[in-house]
Parts: sequence; C-alpha cells; structure tokens
Amino acid sequence: MINDVVTTRPLPKRLLGFFAVLLAATAAFAVIGLILGMVGTFVFNGGGGITWTFLSEFPRNSNTEGGIWPALAGTTFLVLLMTILGVPIGTATAIYLSEFAKQDSWFARSVRFAVNTLAGVPSIVFGLFGVGFFVQFMGTGIDGFLGTSSFGDGSLLWASATLAVLTLPVVIVAVEESFRAVPKDLREASLALGATRWQTIVKVVLPNSLTGILTGSILAVGRGAGEVAAIIFVGVTYSSESLPSAVTEKFMHLGYHLFVLSTQSPDVDKTLPLQFATTLVLLGLTFLLNLTAILIRSRLRKR
Amino acid sequence: MAKEYPVKIEAHEFNFYYGVKQALYNITLSIPERRVTAFIGPSGCGKSTFLRSINRMNDLIDGTRVDGHMVVDGTDVYDKDVDVVRLRRRIGMVFQKSIPFPKSIFENITYGLTLNEKLSKSALEEAVESSLRKSALWEEVKDRLHHSALGLSGGQQQRLCIARAVAINPDILLMDEPCSALDPISTGKVEELIAELKDTYTIVLVTHNMQQAGRVSDQTGFFLMGSLIEFDRTRTIFTSPSKKETEDYITGRFG
Repeated sequence: MINDVVTTRPLPKRLLGFFAVLLAATAAFAVIGLILGMVGTFVFNGGGGITWTFLSEFPRNSNTEGGIWPALAGTTFLVLLMTILGVPIGTATAIYLSEFAKQDSWFARSVRFAVNTLAGVPSIVFGLFGVGFFVQFMGTGIDGFLGTSSFGDGSLLWASATLAVLTLPVVIVAVEESFRAVPKDLREASLALGATRWQTIVKVVLPNSLTGILTGSILAVGRGAGEVAAIIFVGVTYSSESLPSAVTEKFMHLGYHLFVLSTQSPDVDKTLPLQFATTLVLLGLTFLLNLTAILIRSRLRKR
Repeated sequence: MAKEYPVKIEAHEFNFYYGVKQALYNITLSIPERRVTAFIGPSGCGKSTFLRSINRMNDLIDGTRVDGHMVVDGTDVYDKDVDVVRLRRRIGMVFQKSIPFPKSIFENITYGLTLNEKLSKSALEEAVESSLRKSALWEEVKDRLHHSALGLSGGQQQRLCIARAVAINPDILLMDEPCSALDPISTGKVEELIAELKDTYTIVLVTHNMQQAGRVSDQTGFFLMGSLIEFDRTRTIFTSPSKKETEDYITGRFG
C-alpha cells in the first residue's frame, strides 16, 4: 500500500507540470523585462538630453531644436485647471453615492453604471465629445450670450473640461473609497450628538478623507497628464511663441508635442534625441504622480 | 417594578423590521427616570435594536420600519413632527466601540456643543471641565486637553466618549455594550461612573455581561429572539425570575 504513495508520477506528467511553471514564470519575467527595457531605453537615449536649457527654453526651428518649456508649462496648466474643474464634481458625486444614496436604488445604480461606462470609453471619444459639447455647444453659446469670440474655439479651458470628464471616474472611485473607509462608528457618534448629516460630512467625513481626495486628484492628474487623444481637437497646438495668458488660449502639451515631433516634423531623425528626452520627462512626471498617490494611499490604509 | 419613579421612556406594542425581517415583537415596557435600566440577552436578541430605536439611530439603516409607540417624555419619537436631530441632542449615546473623533480631547467634548451655537472660550472650557469631571477623567487628562484623543488608553477613550455624550446636557444616556472592549479595571471605572451618573441621567444599558447588569442596574429586561421575555427589578430577575427562559439564561444553560 505504502508503495502507491511513494511511487513517483510518470515522467510525461512531471514534465508537463514543470513546463507549465516555467511558462508562467517566463511570462512574469517578460513583463518585468518589458518595463525595464522600455524605461531603460528612454533613460539611456534621453537621459543626456535633459538639461536645464531643454526644460526651460522654447522650441526653435520648427520644433527641431530647443526645449520643451511651453509644453511642460501647458501640461501643468492643463492638469491644474482639470483638477479644479473635476475634483469638486467628483467629490460631490462620491458624497452623494456614499452618504445619501440608497445603495440599491434605481438612481444610485444608474450613477454607478454611468461611472463605470465612462471609465471604459476610448479617450478619442472624449475628444470628439469635447469638440461637440464644450467647444461648439457651450463655447459658441457663451460667445453668443456675451458677444465675445474667444470661447467658441478649442482652448486650455475646454481641453481641461474634457479631461475633467475623462478623469471623473478615477476621482469618484478614489474619493468614494476613502469615504467608505471612514468608520461607521465615527458617523454614528456624530449623529448621536445631534449633528445633521451635512454637519457630519463636513466635520467628520471630509476631514478624514482628505488624503483620499488628494489621492484621487493625483491619480486623475497622472491619467490626464499623459492623455493626448482626448485633447487633440479641443485646444492643443503644435507650436507656440508664448505661454497661454488666458484659459481661452491654445496651449502646448508634452504628449502632443511628442506626437508632433515624431510624425509632423520636417526632419524626424534630427528630432530623435528630443523625442527621447521628452518621453522621459513625460514618463517621469506620470511615474512621480502615481508614486505619490500610492504612498499617500498606503499611509491612509495604515491608519 | 419601581413604581415610585416617574416614567421617562415608554414603549407600547413596539415592533421593528429590517426589511421583511422582524427584529422586535410587541415590546411594551416603562423605563423610570434617573435609574439604570439594563437589557440582557443573547446576541441578536434585539436588545441593541431596541436601544437604538429610542434615539432613532436605526433610521440610518436602509429599509427599516417601525410600528407601535416609543414615547420619551410624553412624545412619540416616531411622530411625523419630531425633529430627529433635536431628539438626539436630548439623548446621549455611548457605543460599544469607543472611537473618539481624530481631534483633540477638547474638541471631542465641544463637538456637540458647537454644532449650532457659538460659545465663548470660557463657556467651552467650563463645559469641558465639568464633563470630564463627571466622567472621572479630568485628573488624568487636564494637562493635555489639546492633545489628540487617540493617544488615550482604551478605557480613557470610552470615558471620553461618555464625557462627550454628557457635554450636550442630555436627560437620557443610552449605552450600547460600553464595556465589551475594555479590560476589567477600565470596566470597573465605567461601572462606578454609571452608578454616579444615574443621579442626573436616565441610563439605559445594553450588556452581554450578566454580572454587569446585576452590579449596576436597578431593573433588568431580558430579550430573546426579538421579544421582551421578562422585565423586573434586577434583584428579582437574578434571584427569582418568573419565566423559565430567563432562569435558563441567567444560570448559563444557554446563550
């Protein structure tokens, strides 16, 4: 009897098991390899190109020389304005979903369905939506109402608004998660002391979710900073003599700049070092933002 | 029953439902003023649900429903005209898990006071001192009022929560298993406190600790599967209960 147990399995079966593990491990290594390879390539080829002049100067000679300053500044303005527009709406939605909605109500389910759907829409669709809704409908409408002519065209404002819509799911999910992490007991203690729901939200829930709102904002910024397709029709420009001085002006953007350098340049080979360096800056920026969000989140979890 | 004390809280044919599931069946009882009333019974028997029905904390749960009457000071608290927020301001509550707000000790106590009115600094300081004295915490924390309340020990945190509830000047204190997370020494302190507070407040205490009910309460109600089986003087409940279920429970034959 005991011999049945100690008898080894037949060789083909053992080989099969061995190869299955080998395959899985290879796949896992391949993923790490791909990422390291990608980052490595950009650091190796672009690292030398990152100098103070590169970061602080305007592009020259049809984008074949000079720096990326307006693209860097434009990206920063874009995500800042996006945050200002999107985070309050996302936070308000999260407040509704977590604090007021009956969880299985028709309306709450519709909101959740909308948020999930929004998260899965290809970004080019947001770009077209931005043109149709923000630029043509709202912009032209505002111009007609005010008698101006500055809103009915793609601009920093409408690009930020488009990105705010695009990143809304990120904000809502992150903020709602942090609201739900506030212990039920704290809410009950506040209500039992005679606080209204709003007082409880303002004095207890929000202060305890600030890190969550911050995480949501940073994740949204990380997502928005790298987004090109969504802004391509709504205000980004391939070259600019000066930084935008109003939200109704056009702007340059790192991701779009990269696209322009690699496809629209009169001499693509000449711009190759610039492309690598720009990619590295964009990569570094998104990585830094995501890292910050992860660090904040892990501190939040620990509490 | 202790007839010599006026009635503070009165339930009449009170039923409670979580959705379709009924949690309380025809509860009828009178809780006297400035006494300690304890509710005992096995987990899920409805004692906490009943307690939380008094200040309508159960309203926060989706799909709950009541019928019958819950009368506090002559007013049915489930009446349409009742302002829940004002009702809760008259009834202090202490929970099983004593999480103070992640604020300073001082801010924890003034939380309820500053919700609707702006009080002077001296009035607030006075209120903080008197609440902390009432909850026997003043001597331990008077030098660190502006430190985070989360730095206090578990027992101190629970007494802080009592001080926080007392600060809003309620007539009634509801306590939902206030000692179940505390060590015996802290439990002793909270029990002493309950004995002192009953001169000022009507205290309703839910506990799964029968000895505690025996030590601190004047009358005890025994809940089983959503029904109030027996409600009498604590001494009577523990020495000569009239129902077999009560006797089985207090002698440890089940639960």
